[in-house]
Amino acid sequence: MSNNIKIPLSSLPIGRHGKVMTITSEGPTRRRMLDLGFVRGTDVLALRKSPLGDPTAYKIRGAVIALRQEEASYIYISELI
Amino acid sequence: MGLTKQSMGTNIIKTMPTLKDMHNENSAVIALAGNPNTGKSTVFNSLTGMKQHTGNWPGKTVATAFGSFEVKDSSFLLVDLPGTYSLLANSAEEEIARDFICFDKPDATVVVTDATCLERNLNLALQILEITSSVILCINLIDEANRKGISVNTDGLSEILGIPVIATNARDGVGLHDLKSAIYDLTMENTQTNPYRIQYDQSIEEAIEKLESLLPSPDPIYRRWAALRLMEGDIDLGLDQDTQHKINRILKDLNMNRNKNKDLIATSIVKQAEAIAKQTVSFKHKTKKSLDDRIDDIITSKLFGIPIMLLMLGVIFWITIEGANYPSHLLYNGFFTLEGYILSMFRWLKIPKVLQDMLIFGVYRTLAWVISVMLPPMAIFFPLFTLLEDLGYLPRVAFNLDSFFKRAGAHGKQSLTMCMGFGCNAAGVISCRIIDSPRERLIAIITNNFVPCNGRFPLLIAISSIFLGGLVNSQFTSLIAALTILGTVIIGIFVTLIVSKIMSNTLLKGVPSSFSLELPPYRRPQIGRIIVRSVFDRTLFVLGRAVAVAAPAGLVIWLMANISIGGDMSILDLSANFLDPLGKAIGMDGYILMAFILGFPANEIVIPIMIMGYTRANMLIDMESLDALRELFILNGWSYLTGICVMLFSLLHFPCGTTLLTIKKETGSNKWTFLSFVIPTVIGMGVCFIITQIFRGFGLA
Repeated sequence: MSNNIKIPLSSLPIGRHGKVMTITSEGPTRRRMLDLGFVRGTDVLALRKSPLGDPTAYKIRGAVIALRQEEASYIYISELI
Repeated sequence: MGLTKQSMGTNIIKTMPTLKDMHNENSAVIALAGNPNTGKSTVFNSLTGMKQHTGNWPGKTVATAFGSFEVKDSSFLLVDLPGTYSLLANSAEEEIARDFICFDKPDATVVVTDATCLERNLNLALQILEITSSVILCINLIDEANRKGISVNTDGLSEILGIPVIATNARDGVGLHDLKSAIYDLTMENTQTNPYRIQYDQSIEEAIEKLESLLPSPDPIYRRWAALRLMEGDIDLGLDQDTQHKINRILKDLNMNRNKNKDLIATSIVKQAEAIAKQTVSFKHKTKKSLDDRIDDIITSKLFGIPIMLLMLGVIFWITIEGANYPSHLLYNGFFTLEGYILSMFRWLKIPKVLQDMLIFGVYRTLAWVISVMLPPMAIFFPLFTLLEDLGYLPRVAFNLDSFFKRAGAHGKQSLTMCMGFGCNAAGVISCRIIDSPRERLIAIITNNFVPCNGRFPLLIAISSIFLGGLVNSQFTSLIAALTILGTVIIGIFVTLIVSKIMSNTLLKGVPSSFSLELPPYRRPQIGRIIVRSVFDRTLFVLGRAVAVAAPAGLVIWLMANISIGGDMSILDLSANFLDPLGKAIGMDGYILMAFILGFPANEIVIPIMIMGYTRANMLIDMESLDALRELFILNGWSYLTGICVMLFSLLHFPCGTTLLTIKKETGSNKWTFLSFVIPTVIGMGVCFIITQIFRGFGLA
């Protein structure tokens, strides 16, 4: 079940799932995120933070991808409860 | 990437063969594409064996490998394309891979995928199927997938995609025969393909139809692909003005927005990869936390992440030092015995005494020193390091340290390029190609020298054992040496971050570019291959380079010590005296400084030059124990301060000749090459000067 409130991926708590809603970055960064599989409706799991709190590793489409806080803040998701 | 024979030392600067040189009219060209970390290079190596060459793409700083292999009576040229996740985005690697498949038209393209993560890999495979119908899908790492309870229905996949699908485990040679047969059959046109066509949204499909009719190419696959690229508007397809004009009008009439098109296109591909994976991949135990996850929980944890990293590095150094001790002595004794025979032979041949001395004390002993001190640690360090590389640990290092690099305005992958620097700084500089942003790449190139390379380890080990090892019981000497090197590395990282930060705020102003890093699954390393690769590709090669430099350097220094101008002072003493005031000011002396200067071609020879200078080219040093070396140094006025300053200056001084040439080649700029020389030297002198003042101020030296 999703609560339909848009939050940036960067504020998804560790261990929680979300569904991708929109990406607000532009240009090559946006393209890269789409290529990595961050398209609407995709399930993302926040796996773990690095020892210093940033970047965070996310599980997406079977792969583990680390994103810095900036990149993750341009991806909006709805948290799954 | 990685340290190989081709990626280290002077081979880097030689002209590389291009594909045209390699291509022979009779052989079919096969492109090897795939995501990074799919075992693509293992597939490449297994197919081509020893018949490989590394080259550069013309005009691009992306290296690739070509190789050849035979099936039945036909020969094939295999071209290893850069590992990419997609062909849509705008990195140099993706452009190369796309252009090669699209315009060089290989006879077949093999797409290597990771069976444990097929959905994501299919994204690239589907994009390639849009460009060419002559594709084979290689599902690699099938054994690992099975272990993880993942099974792939290859027949089903082959049916959906309309191309041959071969499951392989390239590491153990499983499935390679089938892969070769499939390549043979496809290029001999024994196999017909019926490639899967990605279905796009209504609006995109309508536009494709309209645009296709305007394109002159007779190839329907190319027309469809070109129509899609026209909608994205990123690449120039070389169309005439009239056609381009018509196309622009159609796009305008359809009210199309480039960015929206890009989104729709990328999304459709991802979604269809997902749908195909759903039909063909099944997971046995979904919910259980994987072993990889549990390892990462510890290795990247807040509490243990960084300590574990330092511990591993320290243990590697310790094993290297401890393990190298015995073989080093053995080698040195061997050389010593051999020297007796050579000397007897020289006497028997009635070779003049001067020539005897020159060859024995100048050339031979320098060589003996370099080989016996360098070979054992390298033969231990390289395999251990390659092991970490093959396990997949290095991306975790980048993950753990990224925050520091971000704060320094640098790229997160800079830590990976630094890891390469441990082996050889020239290789580290080359590896900076993995960083797309030119600003961050330059920072990584200029600071790579702050990682002590293998050639500097012997100096660090020797000096730390002599001056700090003496503080403790002799059985802990190796431990102290390992800790000292670890400390040196930490200082190096610290300086790297500070310099990166300063450059980000001055010469190379800018904000960090976007960064994403894949943490690939851990892989079972191939111990046999690691040993062969590290010994032959790395150790012997680096040693060969050191030897090639050591022999002439030994000769030069011997001549300098034995030729005097005017009075009775040799050139060596004259130069050392000249450098002495500067040397003293930074805690060292003229001989040491001269050794660093003469060691410019390769850092390995710094210590032998020092010894020759102090012994007036007699090199009468007994390597049985470090005591003789300690005595020699103390006799020449060394103190703890000297030891510390020599180690620091070894870390912080100009890069070696090969590294500088590589920097020149990679940046194409005299300015950045010059700065790469000046920045570390100034820092090194400054740091040593300050430490010297502090020591003297407190009356410690």
